[in-house]
Amino acid sequence: MYILQRIVMKILVCISKTPDTTAKITFNANNTKFNEEGVAFIINPSDEWYALVRALELKESLGGSVELISVGREDYDPVIRKALALGADGALRINSDTPDSYFVAAQIAHFASQGNYDLILTGKETIDYNGSGLGGMVAAMLDVPYVSLATKLDLSPAENQASFRREIEGGEEVGKVALPAVVSCMKGMAEQRIPNMRGIMAARTRPLRVEEPVEAPVLTEAVRFELPPPREGMTKVDPENMEELVRLLHEEAKVI
Amino acid sequence: MSVLIFADQHEGIFRKSAFEAVHYGAKLAEALGTDAIALAAGTIEDAKLQALGQFGAKKVLHASEEFLDHFDASLYGKLVVLAGEAVAADVIVFSHNFNGKAIAPLVSASLKAGWAAGAIALPDLGDGFVIRRGVFSGKAFCDVKILTDKKIISLNPNSFAVETTDRMAEVVSFAGKVAAGDARVNVVSTEKLSGTVPLPEADIIVSGGRGLKGPENWGMIEELAEALGAATACSRPVADSGWRPHHEHVGQTGIAVRPNLYIAVGISGAIQHLAGVNGSKYIVVINKDPEAPFFKAADYGVVGDAFEVVPRLSKAVRAFKENTH
Repeated sequence: MYILQRIVMKILVCISKTPDTTAKITFNANNTKFNEEGVAFIINPSDEWYALVRALELKESLGGSVELISVGREDYDPVIRKALALGADGALRINSDTPDSYFVAAQIAHFASQGNYDLILTGKETIDYNGSGLGGMVAAMLDVPYVSLATKLDLSPAENQASFRREIEGGEEVGKVALPAVVSCMKGMAEQRIPNMRGIMAARTRPLRVEEPVEAPVLTEAVRFELPPPREGMTKVDPENMEELVRLLHEEAKVI
Repeated sequence: MSVLIFADQHEGIFRKSAFEAVHYGAKLAEALGTDAIALAAGTIEDAKLQALGQFGAKKVLHASEEFLDHFDASLYGKLVVLAGEAVAADVIVFSHNFNGKAIAPLVSASLKAGWAAGAIALPDLGDGFVIRRGVFSGKAFCDVKILTDKKIISLNPNSFAVETTDRMAEVVSFAGKVAAGDARVNVVSTEKLSGTVPLPEADIIVSGGRGLKGPENWGMIEELAEALGAATACSRPVADSGWRPHHEHVGQTGIAVRPNLYIAVGISGAIQHLAGVNGSKYIVVINKDPEAPFFKAADYGVVGDAFEVVPRLSKAVRAFKENTH
């Protein structure tokens, strides 16, 4: 007698909260902290558009579950609820500040190791601190393979592996990786989705668990922030006279 | 004690970002009173390895195995950690390009070494080890202090000017340290974008937006780029409409660039696009709408129809090049 075993994939998606892409960036009086006043927050675009949406697509075609993990304070909850509204099954928030990426990765690695996930997805980088290293750190801490900057991802549950396309310097690679693995996701992987009313209603009752952080070292410290100096006025060039633009670029800017 | 630089190669050739990283590492080694040692992996001619000395590397460790020609973050990460041990490196430098972004976090986590990602300047050693990096996708800078004894830095391409000498580096074999089986992914095929300069390394970029109306009009962007020896790029709506490939999308959710010259054609200049380009030294904006917000970020502005202005500019550039060469 055959026993048909259904292989159920468990996917964990790391979600970060970032200022809206149109937010004006300012800092507090002594330039040590981002000024959140009046700023709208969103799910970090590559976490949402690529990692989360691709996870949901994989779940829709293969079954299984998609869970979210975030490191942040209570002010993360609206953003996590939005991610749940897109279709994730549940979320875990580790109730902590985010002093540096190593600390955050250590939290995620600790809680992910308790969940037997087949796949852990991150966005390629956050649009605020632009660390781009969370996925790699989590992979190293869990001692599982890391696929960086993937633009395509498919799962073969029967072979317990994933196939991917990723960006490398000067080209692209197509390959396969054994599960479990950590994959950072970028453009090309999936298209942005808009949550519908049913999803928004359902998200209210989906579990959002909160855990206290585990002890982990902090390796770096943001000392101060600074805004770039504004550009000095623009020189207008007559559209009929492109020789003049070439002259300015050569003699004044010295870039050609 | 030493500074180790991972010199990234592609098909046996070191590119600008590798030279920048080596030179950065050499300047840092000088400030710390130690030596800069480069690490290179894969099939590379000796002459090319020795030439890293011109950028300040005293020694080059060469892991010459053919299986290292394929990029694998875990494999390279392991190699870097072993090389770091071998030369007692206090600081490990990467280029903050696609490969560096993949390897540096693995090395940072396995050594528990603090990592400054996307550095744009040498560290300030006056009060600890403080490095300036870009944050908020180019909208701001952050000075980050590395608190650990071992330190990892990944250097943003086009952020550090390179000077050369005629010194040559000593090449030392570093073969036999890792095995093909250390790779954690199985690469089936590689597609190289040969003949093109990667956008983050490009000195000049010509970029087009929705104002070009359709992919059939891209010829004039390519023509201008060719005249200038520039790379081409685009805004997000253009990539999203499939007019241009995604890897050309410059902006907050695409890639950030810091060329000497960025020429924006028919791009309105949404804040998300500006975030990705405001590290450029000079910005030229060509747009028929005088109210386009991009003009506020421009050094040179041309209010006019791109379909007339761009071919005129290409012609002027070609005439200029013919006269100067």
